[in-house]
Formats: sequence, structure tokens, C-alpha cells
Amino acid sequence: MEEIWVFIEQDDGVIEESSLEVLSKAWELADKGGYGVSAILMGSGLADKARDVGRYGAHKVYYIDDANLRSYSSELYPMVMEWLIKKYDPNTVLFSATRNGRDLAGRIAVKFKSGLLAHVIELGFDENGDLVGKVPGFGGNIAAVVKCVDSRPQLATVTPGVFEAKDVGAEAELKVVTPDMELKPRNIRIVSKERGEYLDISKSERVVVAGMGTGGKLDMVRELAKLLNADIGVTRPLADIGVAPRDIQIGSTGVTLKSKLAFILGASGAPHFTSGIKDCGVVITVNKDPEAPIKDYSDYLVVGDIFEVIPRLIKLLRGEEIA
Amino acid sequence: MLRNIIVAMKVVPKPEEVSFNPETKTVDRSKARNEINPADKNALELALRLKEKYGGKVIVVSMGPPIWDKYLRLAVAMGADDAILISDRALAGSDTFPTTLTLATAIKKIGDYDIILCGEESSDGGTGQVPPGIGEWLGIPHVTFVSDIFEVSDDGWAKVKRTIKGGHEILEVKLPFIAAVELGCNTPRFPDFRRKRWADREFQLTVWNIADLGLNPEEVGLKGSKTIVVDLEEVRPPERRREILTGEPDDLAKKLYELLKEYL
Ligand SMILES: Cc1cc2nc3c(=O)[nH]c(=O)nc-3n(C[C@H](O)[C@H](O)[C@H](O)COP(=O)(O)OP(=O)(O)OC[C@H]3O[C@@H](n4cnc5c(N)ncnc54)[C@H](O)[C@@H]3O)c2cc1C
Ligand SMILES: Nc1ncnc2c1ncn2[C@@H]1O[C@H](COP(=O)(O)O)[C@@H](O)[C@H]1O
Repeated sequence: MEEIWVFIEQDDGVIEESSLEVLSKAWELADKGGYGVSAILMGSGLADKARDVGRYGAHKVYYIDDANLRSYSSELYPMVMEWLIKKYDPNTVLFSATRNGRDLAGRIAVKFKSGLLAHVIELGFDENGDLVGKVPGFGGNIAAVVKCVDSRPQLATVTPGVFEAKDVGAEAELKVVTPDMELKPRNIRIVSKERGEYLDISKSERVVVAGMGTGGKLDMVRELAKLLNADIGVTRPLADIGVAPRDIQIGSTGVTLKSKLAFILGASGAPHFTSGIKDCGVVITVNKDPEAPIKDYSDYLVVGDIFEVIPRLIKLLRGEEIA
Repeated sequence: MLRNIIVAMKVVPKPEEVSFNPETKTVDRSKARNEINPADKNALELALRLKEKYGGKVIVVSMGPPIWDKYLRLAVAMGADDAILISDRALAGSDTFPTTLTLATAIKKIGDYDIILCGEESSDGGTGQVPPGIGEWLGIPHVTFVSDIFEVSDDGWAKVKRTIKGGHEILEVKLPFIAAVELGCNTPRFPDFRRKRWADREFQLTVWNIADLGLNPEEVGLKGSKTIVVDLEEVRPPERRREILTGEPDDLAKKLYELLKEYL
């Protein structure tokens, strides 16, 4: 049976949730097209986790155990993946379009002279069995329907958050495989890793978003968020200048929000940003420029200076009087 | 002392000025101004800083139409030592596969490289696939989402800072390597006025076609691509109420409070 493979990303034993979204999607596609689904997991000491992963939609889980695979390596992961693909010849290999997923897929595409559909938001096979996906471009305002031609394996990366990870209770067969090669880092060595607590705002109910109009002064924004019981997000430039972590950056190169409420302060509404708020319930924005493009993406645009309006709003939220 | 530092640079239409024509189902770029792909400017800035510290020659390479000439000159004005444009009709319609082949072939032709820099992704296509792809063609290590390169040692290793989920990692990478530079990781310099004038008037841009690279028309462009676009559509943002609220700060705060009350 021809197989769809899904690369399951992990770091230090923590499975990347969006990989499971892709796995569940593959399961659904396989059901329609008569494919087998295999999950590919590389790591160290994760045999039990490998079994759990299968529940999200795999017939088989190929697990490669090696201390050097504990974290992603753009040197070793492509080598192992290449070996696996040559040995088992899958029809299709899917990746979540995370940093590491895109990194790996880009290298594999050239290794196998394969077509690669980038960060798709829809995925399927056409009547000839060619992989077809919808690829957003220009910041997300225009999408192209793109198809792989003459490619085995056919490849795609999938935008995180568009499909749902479902525990379908699949009982996957665990196959522990050992590549016949030495997995030693030769050209890339990890010196250190620094990580704060990872903040996942993709599922937050309420988010206060700070744009450059806040001048990067997030104290006021934090206070407001606390009173609204909301999480904080930022536009890309604030993450660029380092006042907020990249993980809470919203937009085409960040998180796509699904919140009921998005309260956006001082963001102009560039396409790369607005693609991240299209799935929000109510969008309320404050901007001193009534013509800022964000107006078209707002349910309510409050025309005013954040530094005048928000302190007053904070008072009201605290139950204090204003004039 | 570093040998060549090569920057792969692309020119893109400003995304907010690109529109979609639903009747003809085409992307209308005619009203859009072009710019150097934003992340590629960060890559160029990093290249120039590396040169200032470790020596070497910064060479910009681009695969695109002749009208990109002026953007390559802008890169030279910013401080690049040389610029090469790969331009050929046969390249039209290239997806990432022939793009990486063409760029890698050009980089081989330039030769003597220690570090190749790209942007993290292009703002129009935005795949981020080109840098790892070039790395594979050249058989050299690649690192993506790089915000800095430092401590380039005499024995041919460099330290690289890479953004990961929740933070960053520091990697040691063997030269030569290719890195995809994170958008916004530095502030690209403005060109010096006199150098700009020189770049515009006197600088000799090198232009290569695919024959110069020893490539044949079958392996590039639409023919050499591994994907085809079968349809284009607009992704419509959801209809919003677009209610505009104006007034004095006190009124606005009260209006906001009313709107937000249900979430308390
Ligand atoms: C490849 C690529 C990917 C990108 N990805 C993303 C992404 O994922 N997410 C993202 O956000 N951006 C992304 N960008 C950047 C994006 O194009 C915009 O540059 C960015 O979104 C602008 O951020 P901003 O709205 O905060 O800042 P600005 O555009 O500077 O807007 C600031 C706004 O604040 C208003 N303002 C200023 N002062 C006040 C005040 N006192 N009171 C009220 N209003 C005020 C101004 O009127 C203005 O509208 C990307 C760009 C590229 C090229
Ligand atoms: N046509 C091109 N010419 C030169 N460099 C390119 C070209 N296409 C892509 N690149 C480089 O590859 C990076 C990533 O592009 P992409 O993979 O298309 O998102 C860009 O930021 C550029 O540095």
C-alpha cells in the first residue's frame, strides 16, 4: 500500500502539537484515497511517546532512537529522513510548517527532486494521485492552488492551526528502526539553548495585541490584559526589537489567533499581520489614524491616542471614576 | 580573514500594494512598488558587518528580470562589493526547485565562498525553502532563522544564533555554510550618498544568462519546476462591522468599556 508519511517533530521529548494536526489530516486523506499512514519520529528514549503519537492517525510509527536526535539538527535529521525515504519509498511526506519542519522539508525537496507545497491551508490529492494544496501568498491575501508534478515523494508543509489534532484511537504498529550510518554531528554542533516558558496564545479566548503605536511600552498593555483576563500578543516589529518573545507574535510569520476577542492597540493593519486575526470573533482596535488599513479589519475602530484612552479605560475597568 | 560572503537577494512587490483581479484571476502587481525583500536587507546588513569584522568580499546575487538592476545597485550603494544578476527568459515560472538549482550554480561559479546568506523568507512567496535547497545543491550545512553570526574562528567555525520555539539556540557551524537570516534581526544601513551616486552611474553590474551557468532551458523555469499553479484565488477577510468611534478620550474610554463589559 502506498504511504503518506508525517514527520512528527519533538524537542527534548516534547511533541510538537501541530505535527499531530497534520497526522490527523493525513489519516482523513488516507481513508479517502486508500493510503497507509506512517508517523516518523526521531528522538531519544521516546518509545512510549511514539506509541501515543499513533493514536492521532497512523497505521505505523517509525521511531529512530539516538541521543544525537534529541533536538532538531539540520545536519542529522535530513540524513535520517533521506535514509528512511530511500528504504521505504513513501508516496507523500508531510511536515508541519514550523521553523524546523520548513527547514527539513526544504532540504529533502532538493535531495529527491520533489515538488514541495509550502505552508498549505488546504490539502488533498487529485484524481491522478498528485498532491494538491492551497498556498497563501502576499501576506495571506491571495492563495494559489498548487500541485506537485512528477514527484516521489511528494512533499508539503502545513500551516499550524488549520487542521485539528484528533485522537482517533488508531492502533499503530511501532517500528523501531536503526539507520545504518553514524549519526555524529560533524558540521553543526549545539552549544547551548536558552528557552523561556513557551507561551501558546493560538487558543486564547481573549488577546490584547500591542503594535508599534504602543512604542513598545508594554506595562500598560499588561495591566489592561490582566483586567480583561486576556493574553498578550504583539505585531512583528515589537518582537524584532526584542520587547516581547517571538512566540506571541501574530501574523503570517507568527500565530494565527482564534480568540473571541482581539483588542488591538496601535497596529496599522499590514497584510502580514491581518492574516493572523481573520479567525477572531470581535476585533476592536485603537489607532490615532482613522485611515489606517486596520479599519477594514475592525468591528470597532476607536480613533484616539492609546496613551490618552487606555489609562482611562484601565481606571474604568478597575471601577474607578473618570471625568 | 573570510573569503567571499554571498548574499542571495530578491526583489518583491510591497504586499499591501498587490491586488487580486477576480475576473481574470490574476495577481495585479502593476500598482505595487517594488522593494528589496525585507529579510534580504537584514541578510545584507549582517554580511556587511561580518565583512567589517572578518574581512572578505560581499557579493550579491539575484535571479530575476533586468528591472531588478536598480535594486542591485542599491545593495552596492549600501556597501556590497559586487552584484550579479541572473536573468534569462527561460527562468520565467521557476518554482523553488529550479530557483535553488540556478542560484547554487551561480554561487559555485562565483566560488571561494565561506558564508552564504539569504533572507528567512520572501514576502511574496514566503516559502523559506530556498536556503536549505541551495545548501543541499552545494552539499554544505544550512541553518535557518538565524539572528546573528559571531566568533568566526581561524579554524573555520562560526557561532550562529538561531531562533527556536520559546527562545534561541547557539550553534557552532563549519564553514562554508548557508544561513537564512531572520527578518528584523538588525537595522539595515542607509546607503552613503556618494557611494549611491557611484553605484547608480559607474558600477558595472554583471549579468549572467543560463548558458553562462551551463544550464539548459529544460531544467529551469516552468519546465524544470516540480509544482504548478492550477488556480489563484483571493482570501477574503471576514466582513467586519467597521464602526468608527470618535470623541474625547473620556468618551472613548467609556465606549470601549461598554464594548468590553461583556467580557469581564
Ligand atoms: C515576510 C514578512 C513577514 C511579516 N510577518 C509579519 C507578522 O507575522 N506579523 C506582523 O505583525 N507583521 C509582519 N510583518 C511586518 C508587517 O509588514 C508590518 O510591518 C507590521 O505588521 C507593522 O506593525 P505595526 O502595525 O505594529 O506597526 P506600524 O505599521 O508602524 O503601525 C503603527 C500604528 O500605530 C498607530 N499609532 C502610533 N502611535 C499611536 C498612538 N499613540 N495611539 C494610537 N495609535 C498610534 C499608527 O497610526 C500606526 O497605524 C512581516 C513583513 C514581512 C516582509
Ligand atoms: N530569485 C531569487 N534570487 C535571489 N535570491 C532568492 C531568490 N528567491 C529566493 N531567494 C533567497 O531565498 C530567501 C528565501 O526565499 P523563499 O524560500 O522564496 O521564501 C530569500 O529571502 C532570498 O534570500
